[in-house]
Formats: sequence, C-alpha cells, structure tokens
Amino acid sequence: MTNATPLLSVRDLHVSFNTNDGIVKAVDGVSFDVANGQTMGIVGESGSGKSVMVSAIMRLNFGTDVIVSGQILLNGIDLLALPESEMRQVRGRDIAMIFQDPLSALNPFYTVGYQIAEAYLVHHPKTPKAQVEAIVLNALDKVGIPDARKRIKSYPHEFSGGMRQRIVIAMALINKPKLLIADEPTTALDVTVQAQILELIDSLREENNSAVMLITHDLGVVAETIQQVMVMYAGRTAEYAAVQDLFDTPSHPYTQGLLRAVRSFDQSTRGSLVSISGTPPSLINLPEACAFRPRCSHEKGPQSTCATQRPELRTIGASQSACHLSADEVSRVQREAFSK
Amino acid sequence: MLIFIARRLLFALALLFAVSAFTYVIFAALPSDPAALTCGKNCRPEVIAMNRVRLGYDKPIVVQYGQYLKGIVKGRTYGASEGVHCPAPSLGYSFRKHQCVTDLITRSLPVTASVALGAFVLWMLIGIGLGTMAALKRGRWPDRLATGFSVVGISLPTFFVGLLAIMVFVIWTGLLPFPRYEGITSNPAKWFMSLILPWFTLAIVSASSYVRLTRNGILEVMNEEFVRLGLAKGLRRRTLIVKYVMRAALLPIVTIAGLDFAALLGGAVITESVFNLPGMGKLSIMAVNDSDLPILVATTLVAAVFIVIANAFVDILYGFLDPRVRSY
Repeated sequence: MTNATPLLSVRDLHVSFNTNDGIVKAVDGVSFDVANGQTMGIVGESGSGKSVMVSAIMRLNFGTDVIVSGQILLNGIDLLALPESEMRQVRGRDIAMIFQDPLSALNPFYTVGYQIAEAYLVHHPKTPKAQVEAIVLNALDKVGIPDARKRIKSYPHEFSGGMRQRIVIAMALINKPKLLIADEPTTALDVTVQAQILELIDSLREENNSAVMLITHDLGVVAETIQQVMVMYAGRTAEYAAVQDLFDTPSHPYTQGLLRAVRSFDQSTRGSLVSISGTPPSLINLPEACAFRPRCSHEKGPQSTCATQRPELRTIGASQSACHLSADEVSRVQREAFSK
Repeated sequence: MLIFIARRLLFALALLFAVSAFTYVIFAALPSDPAALTCGKNCRPEVIAMNRVRLGYDKPIVVQYGQYLKGIVKGRTYGASEGVHCPAPSLGYSFRKHQCVTDLITRSLPVTASVALGAFVLWMLIGIGLGTMAALKRGRWPDRLATGFSVVGISLPTFFVGLLAIMVFVIWTGLLPFPRYEGITSNPAKWFMSLILPWFTLAIVSASSYVRLTRNGILEVMNEEFVRLGLAKGLRRRTLIVKYVMRAALLPIVTIAGLDFAALLGGAVITESVFNLPGMGKLSIMAVNDSDLPILVATTLVAAVFIVIANAFVDILYGFLDPRVRSY
C-alpha cells in the first residue's frame, strides 16, 4: 500500500470488555496502516468499534475489565508493550487526540490558556513562562481565536462550541504530534462550523506534516480530505479502500448501503434515500458468520458460506472487502446500484 | 465577584429577618399560654393576668415581635420596675430557670461548637479519605471495605454507636474515663479526653454518607471527557486525579458539608444526650420537656442563623471554587 515503513501500523487488534452478560468484542481483529502526512478515515455506525479502537491506540481505556491484544506499531515501536511511564510520553507528544464533544472536553475549572500551556509543559518541562505564553498565543492564533492575548484568561464556558473545538485543536497540535486522532470532531457542531473545523485540521496537518486519523459516521466528511478509508462493522473491517474507489465502486454490501443512504447534490431531485434495514448486532457472542448477514440484501440463505463462515478481508476490484460475494457478483451489484 | 458577595450577604440578612419572624409567630401560635408558664403550677389567675400585662403578652403579636427584636439590639427588662434586666443581645428570659436565655446559650454553644468542630474534621477526613480510596481501587478490597463501612455506618443509629462506644472504651476496657465535659480553657487535656468518644460517634455516623458521595462523585467525574483529554495530553495519573478529578468531584460535597456542619452547631441532640454534654441539643431537649418557650424560640433561632450563615458562606465559597458560578 505504501512504500516506506508506515507511521502507524495496527496489526490484528482486538479489544474486548468483560461485562456481566459476557465478553463484548468491541474490536475484533482489525489491521491497517497510516503513512506520514496521510489522512485516513474510519467510517461506521455508532457501536461499530471506531472510538474504542482509537482509545486503544492511545491506551486511554482506564478500566481493569478491558482486554487489548495485537500490535500497535508507531514507527516500529509496539505501544501495547510500552510501560505506562513511556506511554505517557507518547500521549500528547507523538499522538494527540481531538474529542467528539468540545463542550465537555475542556476542564471547566481552569482557564484555556492554562490548559493549553499545561499540554505543552508536560512534554517540555521547565520552559520559561514567557516562552510558553508566546507558544500558547501562537497556537491560538493559528486556530483562528481572535484576540488571543485576552482570551487565554477566559474559562471554557465563555466560548462557543466551535471556538472550544478550536481550542482543543490548538491543544492537540501544540507539541506538533506525528499523528492526530480526531474522533468525530464535528459531530457536536453546527453544520456551518463543521466545514471550517475540517479545513482547519487539514491545513494544520499539511503545515506540520502529521498524519490524521479521522473517525466519522458522515461519509460526506470523508470525501473531502481523505486518502484511505476503512469501513467498520461490528468491530471488524468491512471494507478498506482508497476514497475514490470506495465512492465509485463500493464492494461491500454495507458500504453500498451507506452510500445509498446519503443524498448527493446531483441526484437530489429523484428517488428517496434508502436506509439499511435492521440494527447493528449485539457484540456479545457473535456467531461464526458474516456479522452483516441479517441486514444484507445479497445474502444467500442459511446453507451458504455467509451463514457459516466469517468472511476474511480479501481483494475485490480496487478494494479490500470482507464479503463472500464473488468479484463477478460484486460488479453486477455495483452496476445495478448505479443504473437505478 | 464583589457584587456577587454583597448581593448574597444582603439576601442572607433578609432571610434572617424572615426566619426570626416566622419562628416567633410559630411559637406564639402554640396553645400554651406564655403568661401561665411564668409562675408555678398553683398560680392564681390574678397573677397570671398581671404577668401577661407586665410582660406584654396582651399586646398584638407584631408589637411583641418588635419588642423581641428591640431586646436583641438594646437589651430588655422583663417585668416592671423590680423586673430582671438582660443586657443586649437579649433573647428572652426563662422564668423556669430564672436566667437570661442569652446566658444559657453562651454557656451551651461552646460545648456544641467543640463537639461539632472535632467531629466535622474527623468525618471529612474519614469520609473523603475512604471515599477516594474506594473510587481509586474500585472493585477491589479497599473499595469493599469502605463501602461496607458506609453501609454499616448508615444503618446504625447514633445512640447505638454512642452507647456501644461507652460500653467498649469506658466500661469494658477502661481506656477512657467516663465523659464528663470540661471547658477547653479550664482543662484542655480533660476537654480533649471527654470529647474523643462523641467526636468519633458523630464522625462514624456522618462519614458514611460522605464515603458514598465522594466515591460516586469521583467515579462519575472519571468518566468525564475532560479527564480523558487530560490523560490524552500525557498528564500524570496523580496530577489528573488531584487537579481534574478531585476538584470537580469535591465541589458538590462542599455544599452538603457546609449545611451539615451548620445543622450540627444547632445542637447534636442525641449525641449530647448520650454523652451527657451540656450543649445546645441538651438545652433544647430540656426546654421542650419544661415547655420553656423563650429558650425554645432562642435555640431554634440560633440554629436557623447558623444554617443561613452557612448557606451564604457556601455560596460565596462556591463562587471562588467554580468559575462558572462567578459569572452570574
């Protein structure tokens, strides 16, 4: 996929939770690479394991009831094998994160200036105060907070949602991380602000030459800035492709369903949106079968491989897809979808 | 911030007036005749009628209340020329005890304050300490221990814990002398010894709910997004717990603690009775038994004053602790 060693390489990642009802396999054998300077998108419904996966990459899962296995290689170093003290150095310096809800992501008891400075000082202790302040002001300037010198003394509740997300971004980028994980950074924001925030993330990515992992359930967001997309379903990879291929020739029936459920401008006058019937399965005790089978329109009956085997990721057309349909069947389905 | 404080204090003052008026009216509306209570059982009706006029009980309630307030500010002479004078602030005169109520209260209050202060410090330490430990070691034995303690503490009534403590530490083992209250100024060592048991009794009973409050508060805050972001920034776990988790988790506890402490200053009735401490609670109980209205009005009022003051204090403190409150 990429020529040099990728920046981040996730191999066969499993994350499970022990609950009273049984073991929840939130992430079940996911592998992917993110190259330097690349933007990768992760798409899926709520509960498909996206957020759990990125939390696992930063090892933010506090609890004792979480089991993580596999490999998360950052420049060849396995983060899962690092002792906590070294992992702490990775957090915020090598990998930074932007959260979904900027309203609750900032500590309400400290000024934003203090919180941004704190993010810098953790990894650059004993920096002179004046220098830190200059860095903080510069960071706020870059994310477009006007009147930064005055605003660093304000508390989070004195900012709007979009402004708070800018502050979170300023905080995340202050140590120039190699990888920025944005977990649905625009979900909680107004539509008008969403585009601004995405543009901001992208321009800062370019400036720092960092890689970005953009988690979203909005396919429109994906189309703008992303090179590679991974579609997740029930904790597994459903499809993994370059963004253009995913939109032009989606291989997995789930991806096709997702695309049909989005209205694009050129087809806005005809037809109605098609939703995927049913709901995502419970992640406890998933059967040894295709997890999407109950909702799939191409499913071939209880005796077929769909019902008895878990589909592995394989190359179908331009994508990697976890589906039992043959390449011929897939292209026929694709033609049908487009002729409608 | 100054405007906030000024406004809050003004409100507290208004509230104090309302509370004092309300208290006074409630006791005036009671069926017992205050004039009849001024002399003994076999009182002749003429004497009662005379006392009523002398003490102003024949006047309308508003006038009586006005006199009461005036007494607080200027002092008051009860009865005619040969009557008893109580200097300001006078909260009335107890005809049962033949003493000014203010004197009774100034004697009882230090006792209650001693009990309350020590118990408060102890129970905050135990409650917040155990609660924090339980939250940080959630699901493991320290958590079970602390939660178990809190269940037992909440279930046991104060008088039971108190009597049990006397039985174990005084009667069986003889580790402590039987508590007999001694003023802090006359004998600090004895003062301390006599209060150990009441302190612990009150602390154990009250700390139980604080263990739960603290534990649940911390666990709740730990799930907050800003704590996760703090972790993602690379902060140390210790920094995170002190600066992010504890700060937010203890804020609601400040409110409850302030009010609980104020309520305690009004008299720990059961504890004072069990350990025979001559505090506000004991004074109130005796006044109830004797239908001694002036004392009852005064103790109720004093307790209410503490609550109002504590409320104002907590609100102002909150303004300092939480920037979100300040901006209103």
